[in-house]
Amino acid sequence: MQVASSPHLSRESCSTRRMMLDVLIALTPPFLFAVWLFGWYAVYQVGLCVLTCLVSEYVFTWMRGKRPTLGDFSAVITGMILGLSLPWSAPWYVPVFGSMVAIGLGKVAYGGLGFNIFNPAMVGRAFVMLSFATAMGSGAYLATSEADYPSIVTQPTPMMQLKSGAGAEMSETTAWQAMLLGKRNGSLGEVSVLAILLGGTYLVVRRTASWRVVLGMLGTVFGLGMMSSVACCPIQSGAIYLLSGAVLFGAFFIATDPVTNPVTPWGQWIFGIGTGALTMLIRVFSGYPEGVMFAVLIMNALVPMINNGTIPKAFGAVPPTGAK
Amino acid sequence: MENKHGEGTFPRGVHPREGKEYSEHRGIEVLPAPKELRIPLVQHLGAPCQAVVKLRENVVAEQVLGTSEAFVSAPVFAPLGGTVQRLGMATLPNGRHVPTVILKVQEDAAYSENLFARFQSQPEGNLEGWDAKTILEKIRQAGLVGQGGAAFPTHVKLARNEQKPVDTLLVNGCECEPYLTADDRTMLEMSGNVVAGARLAARAVGASRVVLCIEKNKPEAIQAMRKCLEKEAGMGVMTMPTKYPQGGEKQLILAALGRKVPLGGLPMDVGAAVVNVGTCVSIAMAVLHDLPLTHRVVTVTGGGVERPGNFFVPIGTSIQTLIEHCGGLKESARRVIAGGPMMGFALGSLDIPVTKGTSGITVLTEEELRTPTTTHCIRCGHCVNVCPMNLVPTRLAMTSRAKQWSLFEKYHPMACVECGCCSFTCPAGVPIVQLIRIGKVELQRLKKK
Repeated sequence: MQVASSPHLSRESCSTRRMMLDVLIALTPPFLFAVWLFGWYAVYQVGLCVLTCLVSEYVFTWMRGKRPTLGDFSAVITGMILGLSLPWSAPWYVPVFGSMVAIGLGKVAYGGLGFNIFNPAMVGRAFVMLSFATAMGSGAYLATSEADYPSIVTQPTPMMQLKSGAGAEMSETTAWQAMLLGKRNGSLGEVSVLAILLGGTYLVVRRTASWRVVLGMLGTVFGLGMMSSVACCPIQSGAIYLLSGAVLFGAFFIATDPVTNPVTPWGQWIFGIGTGALTMLIRVFSGYPEGVMFAVLIMNALVPMINNGTIPKAFGAVPPTGAK
Repeated sequence: MENKHGEGTFPRGVHPREGKEYSEHRGIEVLPAPKELRIPLVQHLGAPCQAVVKLRENVVAEQVLGTSEAFVSAPVFAPLGGTVQRLGMATLPNGRHVPTVILKVQEDAAYSENLFARFQSQPEGNLEGWDAKTILEKIRQAGLVGQGGAAFPTHVKLARNEQKPVDTLLVNGCECEPYLTADDRTMLEMSGNVVAGARLAARAVGASRVVLCIEKNKPEAIQAMRKCLEKEAGMGVMTMPTKYPQGGEKQLILAALGRKVPLGGLPMDVGAAVVNVGTCVSIAMAVLHDLPLTHRVVTVTGGGVERPGNFFVPIGTSIQTLIEHCGGLKESARRVIAGGPMMGFALGSLDIPVTKGTSGITVLTEEELRTPTTTHCIRCGHCVNVCPMNLVPTRLAMTSRAKQWSLFEKYHPMACVECGCCSFTCPAGVPIVQLIRIGKVELQRLKKK
């Protein structure tokens, strides 16, 4: 007869593996859409990332003397997210080195799943962004000649348009349709709003992604966007900032990585709002057209402090009165 | 004065599978007299008793076997007549080894059956005639303890405190633990004594209002108790939403009365007292019939036992005997639990006696256990979203694992009631409650130094 500590029951359909599987399921619409829009390039980037992530995790974990647990799918997810955040044209060393750094420095060096502070995919992406600037810069999204490339890549991305002040053009109806349905340029995973919403809503409903982080981030981006004057009216301005670039993808898939966001309800709100605010700050005031990656990494660094600052009041505890 | 505005509830908590269908429709059966009874000398929170009987002494049912001078204690009695075979040790369901009186039973089931009939009968006489002091004294002499599981001596709980008067008595008929149905059947089959005992308890503690709280998943019991209380002034039924741990003292007081018991405090700090329905029946028996606590209703249930049911059991019956009476364990049985599956103790052997606080034996199969694979905490925060005491279980668990005791203490570990909501929800299968328990013990040890 078994002896174990109470409780002796466990919630149905609830395990780390199940949560990871949910993320994979949720990433499928954006991935499929990327393949449809960018063709072979999408398969190349994501495939290379996933492969390198798996190999890296195996090798690095083994080097640490621990048993690799590739079966929990977390490496696959890091690969997919990293791959979907790259431009279509990145040369082979971008996904490969990005993945190695993502898994090695972003995850295994901290101790593996559950121990890392920074979002591994973003760590990898930051590394390649800074090391291979031209391969990841604005030019990477455009193709000069139409030769063999999918036609979409001849258009500037919405973020590039915003940076160059073409906001008014963006509020044309065709531009809206393009942004929503995804017939626009950008990194592989961010292009289709509908695909992201489909996958992202699934994640939130399954409670794998914290709705507080999502709402906090999207609400802040929309709110701050309303205050800018890129389009004719505040709602449109807000919507343009909300729907273009990687904000949606970032809100549902990157900022909601449970390991690297706060544990407490209030903490999750602060994290979401902070990420949204920093994204807008970087977008508007810096030289980068897109700010999600750095915003997430900066907020990740603040998570331990946020956790400590938002400890809920225990049942029946009297709040401290006055200074001691 | 029934709660007409709908039921209150408490924040967070979980919804485990109810599992009541195994035994909720089985009427209480009287267990045939077992050959041997092991009556532990400590079955309660408080000072242990000393045996007052000698080896080979003949004892009769209801005879006192052990007493203590301490106030926070409860005497133990012989449930059936027999001879004192041995003064030895027994293991309690929670693992403690305690001195025990071992009786060779020489009585048949007739005594238990008669007793059961008295439990089911309608109480007679005017309850107003009893004064608080007498009621408490009878409760004390009868060795009553809380039968909801905590086994705290009832005369201590109901003693009046001048600085903290109690205005409302809550009768806990929630039975929020999955699988258990003892309280449900008690309300259906012993309703008269539940009401009488509640009335007496209210008189003892000085409460002017009595609220019988029952979870919605017991519609028959709600109906039966409502009928009983029709003519009683100052007493009413409140239906509570079915959620675990609705029956937890602090959660119940918040849900029923809207009052929060302060951290580290007691229900009387907010003018309330909570008593289990089974204890109420025992109170009625003790005061009106001078009967000590010798028998109780125990549910034997779960997917791993052949014939689940509810039984009227003499205290000291070995769990082995009880399970054999139910047809034995199935092949698929994996864990035998004293109590319910959320907070009960898994037993290493069946050679353990039923005590005053044993409300059920739950036998779970592998399928019901659904043992999760453990990975490291992924900081998802699901545990924070379900903790009814508003703690941060993941931090308590991880600091305990890392043995960082000063950090552990900062997260109010002593407020944890070990309800199990956190471990139940954890996707990573972290044994949170176990880690918190280890931490609490370590803190006590460090404080003693």
